Amino acid sequence: MAFENQVDIDLPVHDVRSEAIKQFETQGFPSKRDEAWKYTSLNSILKHDYSVFPKRENHIDYNDIKKYFIHDIDTYKIVFIDGKYSSHLSETTHDGIDVCLMSSALTKPKYRLIIENYFNKVATKDSLSSLNTAFSQEGAYIHIPKNKLVAKPIQIVHFSTGNEAALLLQPRNLIVVDENSHVQIIERHQSLTENPVLTNSVTEIYANKRAIVDYYKIQNDNENASLIDSTFVNQKQESVASVHTFSFGGKLTRNNLNFYQNGERVDSTMKGITIIGNKQHVDHNTLVHHIEPNCESHQDYKGIFGDSSTGVFNGKVLVDREAQKTNAFQANNNILLSDKATINTKPQLEIFADDVKCSHGCTIGQLDETAMFYLRSRGVPEKEAKALLMFAFSNNVMSSVKIPEIKQRITKIIATKLGVNIGFDL
Amino acid sequence: MTKYTEDDLREELKTKEYEYGFYTDMESDTFPIGLDEDVVRAISLKKEEPQWMTDWRLEAFRAWKDMIEPEWANVKYVKPDFQSISYYSAPNTKPKYDSLDEVDPELLETFKKLGISLDEQKALAGVAMDVVIDSVSVATTFKKTLNEKGIIFCSISEAIREHPELVRKYIGTVVPQKDNFYAALNSAVFSDGSFCYIPKGVRCPMELSTYFRINQANTGQFERTLVIADEGSYVSYLEGCTAPSRDENQLHAAVVELIAMDDAEIKYSTVQNWFPGNAEGKGGVYNFVTKRGLCEKNAKISWTQVETGSAITWKYPSCILKGDNSVGEFYSIAVTNNHQQADTGTKMIHLGKNTKSTIISKGISAGKSQNSYRGLVQVSSRADNARNFSQCDSLLMGNDCGAHTFPYIEVKNKSAIIEHEATTSKIGEDQIFYCNQRGIDTEKAIALIVNGFSKEVLNKLPMEFAVEAQKLLEISLEGSVG
Repeated sequence: MAFENQVDIDLPVHDVRSEAIKQFETQGFPSKRDEAWKYTSLNSILKHDYSVFPKRENHIDYNDIKKYFIHDIDTYKIVFIDGKYSSHLSETTHDGIDVCLMSSALTKPKYRLIIENYFNKVATKDSLSSLNTAFSQEGAYIHIPKNKLVAKPIQIVHFSTGNEAALLLQPRNLIVVDENSHVQIIERHQSLTENPVLTNSVTEIYANKRAIVDYYKIQNDNENASLIDSTFVNQKQESVASVHTFSFGGKLTRNNLNFYQNGERVDSTMKGITIIGNKQHVDHNTLVHHIEPNCESHQDYKGIFGDSSTGVFNGKVLVDREAQKTNAFQANNNILLSDKATINTKPQLEIFADDVKCSHGCTIGQLDETAMFYLRSRGVPEKEAKALLMFAFSNNVMSSVKIPEIKQRITKIIATKLGVNIGFDL
Repeated sequence: MTKYTEDDLREELKTKEYEYGFYTDMESDTFPIGLDEDVVRAISLKKEEPQWMTDWRLEAFRAWKDMIEPEWANVKYVKPDFQSISYYSAPNTKPKYDSLDEVDPELLETFKKLGISLDEQKALAGVAMDVVIDSVSVATTFKKTLNEKGIIFCSISEAIREHPELVRKYIGTVVPQKDNFYAALNSAVFSDGSFCYIPKGVRCPMELSTYFRINQANTGQFERTLVIADEGSYVSYLEGCTAPSRDENQLHAAVVELIAMDDAEIKYSTVQNWFPGNAEGKGGVYNFVTKRGLCEKNAKISWTQVETGSAITWKYPSCILKGDNSVGEFYSIAVTNNHQQADTGTKMIHLGKNTKSTIISKGISAGKSQNSYRGLVQVSSRADNARNFSQCDSLLMGNDCGAHTFPYIEVKNKSAIIEHEATTSKIGEDQIFYCNQRGIDTEKAIALIVNGFSKEVLNKLPMEFAVEAQKLLEISLEGSVG
């Protein structure tokens, strides 16, 4: 195997990899017959002959891609072009914290302990994650030691230049946040041409005791790019973790978001806004596993679907027998704008403990006609009135975003998407 | 096992006639275990069915052979061996009677144990009974009253003989033979069941009811029910089940088909109390039921069920809202205790315009039981202004049980309004305390709270059933206070 020659087979990671290859070989790609993939078919994106390892390094000029960064604030940056690390666009650090590369973390002895303790420990052994484990070469490695407040957010951005006909990217991120530390991370995948790109990304996040992790995923790729994003969050006691997912683009986007509450008094938040049209497909597949008592989880997903787009929400709350006094909330609200659009939603509760408060709510509807009439009667044009109502609809999710620049950026993306110019920031 | 031929069967029929009256135990006419095409033919022959019915059964059997038992349900059990079940068992008292005096006294005794003494029933309540003991209906009351209105209410085997044009037209139209594993099995081997036809514009004056009961050890019951409400008619149909203790698991795979034509309304209520197995989870009935109704224009189908029995319940009474302005309703209470497992819910398929559906499901789990709600609300792209409201509440008692919700919502129309909510909670300590300090003991208090929790559904049951169901809830949860 060519790949074997490129990596150091003496590394302990090698065993994990060969195990993962076996896992993938036995399972194969998921099909609609798998319950978790009932509403999402990978056929349309697997038909391309993807090149797995890009043949050459590509260069892009910062000014061409500046708009894809949250550039109005100072941040650490880890930038990849076609899966290869781009040092001139990145800004990494080893000053007290480690914000660097997966490839070096996997090979250098000083990271060995962390890798042994954390790498591939929380990620599930499902076929796509295994595929990533087996073949991923690069990604972000972030380790925040005890009692650190990371001064600026970290941006992880993946570009694909499209110089190869079809490209399969498999980034792998590992984020370890130790006791009492706090970090904010922004992740984005961006394709720069019309050539098909498939990204199969896996991110493992470890929030140890009392750590606070804020994670934002901005998905606004062009319509030839597909993304399968699997994120696994392992939380220790009293930690607070939140993941916000903004899905506005891409051909097919599948978000597997899994939270494991391995400690008491843990707080998990997962929120998302999805606004898509054309033939786009966005699938949110979430899991919160309540393992220990006195924990909370909050889920809030809003979706607006136009044209022939398809939205899927499959949320699962699992409460173990020991997880007494759990509070778990789940909400999924959807608006359909077209008769060709489809929503498939399946909010699941599986509860084995008796002293719990769990609820889920799910609605599918339209924009409120009376509210629309109110706005129109006050001279707001139809398009703007619609946009205003949609902003209001998604405001619950926006309100918990802690970085104002992200809020502004998202507002702008939504406004562009709706073709309106509203003169305020949310 | 020697091969059982049709000649043997005829021989057996002849000789058995004479056994009547000589035995204290009721002698049943039971097929040897196993299932093949001959058994299907034999059942059909025994029921004196026309050729088309035999062919229909065989078609189902051939489809069934190639089907795989479904495994997606959230239940765990030892799969029944379909070749070790006897597929037909009938009380051998063949002739029909005009009055109760002629009926086998053994049978009457059994009825009394079940609390449904026929003479009482006749006088009381205005309930016509089509009593099914092990598959063959032996007594039908109030037939004359119904006849005057033109209502046909009889066993399905009688209907096949007397009204073949109706049966042939409608059987399998809502639940096709190949619909699912158990429906196919039922289509092949169903022994009896009820048939009901309400003519145009007739409002059925009484609640129609049947009691099913498993009487013989090791005989699965395969009931087939077909209810047809013609244009503008109304019928309320009650179905209740009880079964005595059995050590071995018994299989029950029924199919119920409802057809509500334009402007018709069908209300179908069930109290299911099959033997749930003992406290260790041994024995108990496997209840794999396919129930479905079809609504034409302005029609309404309402399912109400109280599920307290069975070791395994696998049941999804569904509505296909085909006609414009049709309405589907589903009200359910599912109680599981000890080692019971229930996976139940509904499907609302919105096809017509302005269709509405309501789902209220209450799950109560106690002991070591698992209780799942599984539902589907589907709105097709042509179903403008579809409206659905679903509510699934679960109550957990004790820390060894589980409550699960699997609601599937699939919407392809922008004018649809769908709401779904689910909650899971336990009986509050403060609620119990409040009752205790007013002199209500804990067991009573729980019955009271459970009653309140399930009131929305109990209210939908016909009067006679509501009282019975309330008692049943109390009995089912006895000893679950811990």
